[in-house]
Amino acid sequence: MLFEQFDPQKHQQLQILNEEAVIVNHKLDPKLDKALLLKMYKTMHLARVADLKALQFQRQGRMLTYPPNKGQEALQVGAMAALEPKDWLSPAYRELPAMLYRGIPLESIYLYWYGNEWGSHFDPNLHTLPFNIIIGSQVNHGAGLAMASKILKKDEVVVATIGDGGTSQGMFYEGLNFASSFNAPLIVLIQNNQWAISTPRRKATKAETLAQKAVAFGIPGIQVDGNDVLAMYVAMKAAAKHAREGKGPVLIEAVTYRLGAHTTSDDPTIYRSHEEVKIWEAKEPMIRFKKYLIDLNYWSEKEETALEEEHNDFVGKTFKNIEDNLGAAKLEDIFKYTYAEMTPQLTEQYEDYKAWLERKGN
Amino acid sequence: MATINLLEAINQALDQKLADDKRVVIFGEDAGFEGGVFRATAGLQKKYGEDRVFDTPIAESAIIGSALGMSLNGLLPVAEIQFDGFLFPGYAELVSHVARYRNRSRGAFSAPLVIRVPVGGGIRALEHHSESLETLLGHIPGLKIVTPSTPYDAKGLLISAIEDPDPVIFLEPKRIYRSGKQEVPTEMYRIPIGKAKVVKTGTDITVVAWGAMLREAEKALKLLENDNVNVELIDLRTISPIDEATIIESVKKTGRFLVVQEAVKSYGPGAELIALVNEKAFLHLEAPPSRVTGHDITVPLARAEQFHFVNPEQIRDAILKVVRF
Repeated sequence: MLFEQFDPQKHQQLQILNEEAVIVNHKLDPKLDKALLLKMYKTMHLARVADLKALQFQRQGRMLTYPPNKGQEALQVGAMAALEPKDWLSPAYRELPAMLYRGIPLESIYLYWYGNEWGSHFDPNLHTLPFNIIIGSQVNHGAGLAMASKILKKDEVVVATIGDGGTSQGMFYEGLNFASSFNAPLIVLIQNNQWAISTPRRKATKAETLAQKAVAFGIPGIQVDGNDVLAMYVAMKAAAKHAREGKGPVLIEAVTYRLGAHTTSDDPTIYRSHEEVKIWEAKEPMIRFKKYLIDLNYWSEKEETALEEEHNDFVGKTFKNIEDNLGAAKLEDIFKYTYAEMTPQLTEQYEDYKAWLERKGN
Repeated sequence: MATINLLEAINQALDQKLADDKRVVIFGEDAGFEGGVFRATAGLQKKYGEDRVFDTPIAESAIIGSALGMSLNGLLPVAEIQFDGFLFPGYAELVSHVARYRNRSRGAFSAPLVIRVPVGGGIRALEHHSESLETLLGHIPGLKIVTPSTPYDAKGLLISAIEDPDPVIFLEPKRIYRSGKQEVPTEMYRIPIGKAKVVKTGTDITVVAWGAMLREAEKALKLLENDNVNVELIDLRTISPIDEATIIESVKKTGRFLVVQEAVKSYGPGAELIALVNEKAFLHLEAPPSRVTGHDITVPLARAEQFHFVNPEQIRDAILKVVRF
């Protein structure tokens, strides 16, 4: 049993693929097939390109405030790859890679950060909730999704993701305790990227690990190298099995690093050193995953170049389409979806305002 | 005197109260080392140490609840909630505890604390970063709610808030944090809580605004320059308790009344102010009191916010409608 082998209170952290792209735990190597590995890698690659380009667009004044996720691709994609499509994701907001893997179009993700609600309008059958900016509440929502799955005997498991900073919020504890109390199939995945805006993880709690908080809920907790895509896959696979078998929630702490700013409004040079970032740059997940694939002869620099070109082109076109066609908001949309049907008051306010705009020649 | 913006005025008030009163402590998410995401508390931790100016974990309920505990045990906490939309996890503490302590203990306990919150929209911010809180806070008996529209008022009101014996929520219109500078005295001074300010005297209509809307109303007055309308403009400054005397006196003079409110329409301060005018100045009215507000909708994301937030042309048209009734 994986969770018994890696006790966070004994500082045991799951790693399978180390920083040099060497398998260090052969027993736990999931030996994923080429097709799946390439799907994971290509999603991470697209996420990285989309992330870097979003920053460029923002600097050019074309994108609004955006939360970079560079460095967190492996933990998200590794975890999502271990789920089934019927399972659920209840995300926070730094989850672009996970959302892509779940099948949410990049167009939707970009549209949301572009400042248009249609970015959260995607297929509910993807079993993925829209981004959640209020810190921590997605754990409560995840608990509810999981309780519904259990009550309706749907055989789904639910993953709620949260940052290290989010684990300070009451809702993290309440949601996990709910799920544990009802033995609901909720997995909470902490993306411990070390920084809650300017506040370092070590200052936000006296606990040595975040995974050890599982003890208080009476559930398994495991700390994983979040930059190791294979370890993340294995940890989530075991957690999903545990939850699916009716054994209740699991807490996973993925140790990673936020290589970028909190958002484009943030300046991390105020609160952390260049040296610290350098250390984590060397450990970032794409380097080792790519090397691993090349060593297996599953991937080549030539294919990398082609993919880079393809993704650059795709991301550029996706954003251009938003700027040219999808991004502008329509007046009626801000009224129409407040309720299933417009109330008389809303209808009046909409009509009045529309008439006023028309008088102004807009 | 120094020429500073609203954010700098807040920083100055906090700085001077930290120096003036050892009981003052300042905290919030990123409010310590970094000095806040807007830099309202910049430099204060360095100057006064980590015991008096500090970062907290992300937990608004604990920020407000612990501020209450601190205020019950000898400190004067000035806590920062990072953005308006993040207040709600801590709202229960305000409603159920902070606001009630004095009353439920018949004065044995009190909660002399300040909660600072950047509020409002118009800066193309993210979801949950553009909310108006006046209604949800003004409706709670036991809380005082103030909101400045100028650097001068920000400093004087914040000092009064910190010195007030009751809990004060200090709403900072983030849209105008850096948008204008003003001469502000370098020494400490106070602006009384519960007092509105007549910004411009006039005879034809009383217009009440506050926070970021004051500036929009001033822009509307410029648009009215050729319309031969003499507006009396009042900055409410305190949402609760409302300065009834200033408003009623003005309406008795002008006979017309308009409220400008950024928040959604229903149950807002506009409704409260119009009810007040109806109750106390009805026979002086020459036209129905009116309001120009946001729509009754969720604050739209950035690409549609211009459809929601009140603009000077709307205010001008609303003024003319009341005057020409």
